[in-house]
Amino acid sequence: MSVTTLPSRGVALRQPGWVARLFDYKPFLIVMCLTPAIGLLTVFLTYPLGLGVWLAFTDTTIGQRGIFIGLENFQYLWTDPLWWGAVFYSVFYTAIATFGKFALGFWLALLLNNHFPLKSLLRAIVLLPWIVPTVLSALAFWWIYDPQFSIISYLLVDVLHIRTTNIDFLGNPWGARFSLIAANIWRGIPFVAISLLAGLQTISPSLYEAAMLDGASAWQRFRYITFPMMMPILAIVMTFSIIFTFTDFQLVYAITRGGPVNSTHLLATLAFQRGIAGGELGEGAAIAVSMIPFLVFATLFSYFGLARRKWQQGEAND
Amino acid sequence: MKNDITRREALALGASAAALATTGASAQTASAIKAADVPALKLAIEKGASLRMLRPVRFVQADEDVFRANAAKFTKETGVEVKVDFVGWEDINQQTAVTSNSGAGPDIIIGFSDAPHIYIDKLIELTDVADYLGKRYGGWQPLAQKYGKKSKSDAWIGLPFGATAGPLIYRKSVLQSVGFDKVPEDHAGFVDLCRKLQKAGKPAGFALGNARGDGNGFANWALWSHNASLLDEEGNVVINSKETIAALNWVRELYPTFIAGTPSWNDVSNNRAYSSQEISLTANGVSLYFSLKNDPATRAIAEDSEHQLLPKGLAKISPMAGLTLNAMVFKHSQYPNAAKAFLQYMLEKDQYEPWLNANSGYWSQPLAAYADAAVWSSDPKVKIFKNTMNSTYYDGYKGPISTATGAVNADYVLVQMCAAVATGASTPEAAAAEAEQRCKRYFRRQGR
Repeated sequence: MSVTTLPSRGVALRQPGWVARLFDYKPFLIVMCLTPAIGLLTVFLTYPLGLGVWLAFTDTTIGQRGIFIGLENFQYLWTDPLWWGAVFYSVFYTAIATFGKFALGFWLALLLNNHFPLKSLLRAIVLLPWIVPTVLSALAFWWIYDPQFSIISYLLVDVLHIRTTNIDFLGNPWGARFSLIAANIWRGIPFVAISLLAGLQTISPSLYEAAMLDGASAWQRFRYITFPMMMPILAIVMTFSIIFTFTDFQLVYAITRGGPVNSTHLLATLAFQRGIAGGELGEGAAIAVSMIPFLVFATLFSYFGLARRKWQQGEAND
Repeated sequence: MKNDITRREALALGASAAALATTGASAQTASAIKAADVPALKLAIEKGASLRMLRPVRFVQADEDVFRANAAKFTKETGVEVKVDFVGWEDINQQTAVTSNSGAGPDIIIGFSDAPHIYIDKLIELTDVADYLGKRYGGWQPLAQKYGKKSKSDAWIGLPFGATAGPLIYRKSVLQSVGFDKVPEDHAGFVDLCRKLQKAGKPAGFALGNARGDGNGFANWALWSHNASLLDEEGNVVINSKETIAALNWVRELYPTFIAGTPSWNDVSNNRAYSSQEISLTANGVSLYFSLKNDPATRAIAEDSEHQLLPKGLAKISPMAGLTLNAMVFKHSQYPNAAKAFLQYMLEKDQYEPWLNANSGYWSQPLAAYADAAVWSSDPKVKIFKNTMNSTYYDGYKGPISTATGAVNADYVLVQMCAAVATGASTPEAAAAEAEQRCKRYFRRQGR
């Protein structure tokens, strides 16, 4: 009978190599795991943004390399009435369109939150303006607003005989401005309505039941339950809506190209017009960069303003 | 590839025949074009060469069909494959810019008018091909020389393929009904006519929106016919002048006679308004006439329509610049000789004449000898487009062509100057001063 002895544990298990030890080292592992994500962000997000910001400080034109000129582009924009016009219309467009989208979108969401026949079908239909490519809806609105062939003018003049002349929707500055805002509201309502509908459905029905037992009216139920409970999602949706509206490009470019008399240029369309069509890449980039402070302000205002706890608690203090 | 050529050739033959039938020219008519006996320029085509080309999308279907068939013939004869892509008119500038900046992409791009002057550093010279073609086909016309040659030199940087113009088109019966046989050549007479047309319920309409072709065309005409211009001969910005103020005052007087909505018009708006008989006078290319003529529902409008060169006003000749197709070969091309040989081939009589005829007058020739092509005698109402490239007016007139002249057009600076005054948004003085500020910035940055 032979007796074998097991090798001692320390002899059988070899020490891990330096690579294995390196990967066991937590800080190194964190860096290794994050590097691909940071690399992707750098290449696809930071680089284009950084290049755009850099161009804003150069006199680069299409076909010619530029040199660093500091704030010269911004100084010029400060004296440019067209830039000021675009700032005014961008703010006006965003304010009115966002208000319109939220008023109608919230109302639509409240309607769709009720029980009625063909509810699912109607909810799907509401999404249509959001699904249709923006350029396609822009072309449709371009036809609707046509000075000679507008369907609205046709109805009012030839069918209902309410007017004797066509409506010149896009031929005067204020007409064109409000026409574009109407198109933007039409396009933006589904996003607001469906997002808020999702929020409405998270509110527990027991809250409403309790309120009704206490004798709360419909307005009181909206004021003290629905509205405060919706505030977090309203803040998020409004933040996104403001960003989408302020940076809108397709609707305006397809319908008016910034006309008439440059009255409907948004900062985005003016940046494109100057930077790409006009070849002034540096100046175009500067116009685009000039949008950043407005966006940051609007985002902070809507997010922090609406997300304050006092709204949710129905109280006057934070 | 063989099958492809056969199919395309068949298509092209059909298209050519259709185009010739449309223009009334017999397919059997012998060519009247005289080519001088000049030894052909022999370019040593690189071994294994293949070419990629971009050009603006066709306005007349036969334009594309015959162009493709000619390219296929070139492939058959030389073995050089040519891939031709057609892109929208609004996109060609951006795609050229990307090609130019990246140094990659198509070997040849046919851009518009001043494109070679914008990308001049990225292009190869085409002087040898241009000289040969000029000697063989009666010389290059003035507009072709202006857009083809580097400013103040005889070096060719682009090869113009043709130009389209936007003269007046009007309803003969409507003009006669208000006491005019044709459109007056003087400014006061023109306003008088437009007032009477408006009273008759068939007003005039000219684009004042951000319209690349028609809007810029109207603005340039308003300025040039008052002897105003963007630049002087030395390239100084002279837009803020007493001539410009006079032109803007005239626009302000004229605008109330237009149909409502012209400040929002783009390039198709006047076509639709004229076709639907909402207006009786506008400016447009020959495409409007042909679309009316080829549709039985609107043929009567075509028969009642006449073309006339834009009124001279104070200018010596009709102030009209043709939108020119201008071919460029990029330095990054691996096969520059093949590219030059291809352009030369496409402008030779055997290829160019069928293409010119197939376009029904939409493009007019850059080389003098092609003025004898059958298309120009096929329809008296088309003949007016024959001499488009004889014009001495061009975008950036009277100065040297540069990147900035194109930028001013692309940014609609002059159109918006006119629109601002027309709509009362600005005084002539203020509008001219604002345009001057904008133009000076472009010329300071890009006019080099």
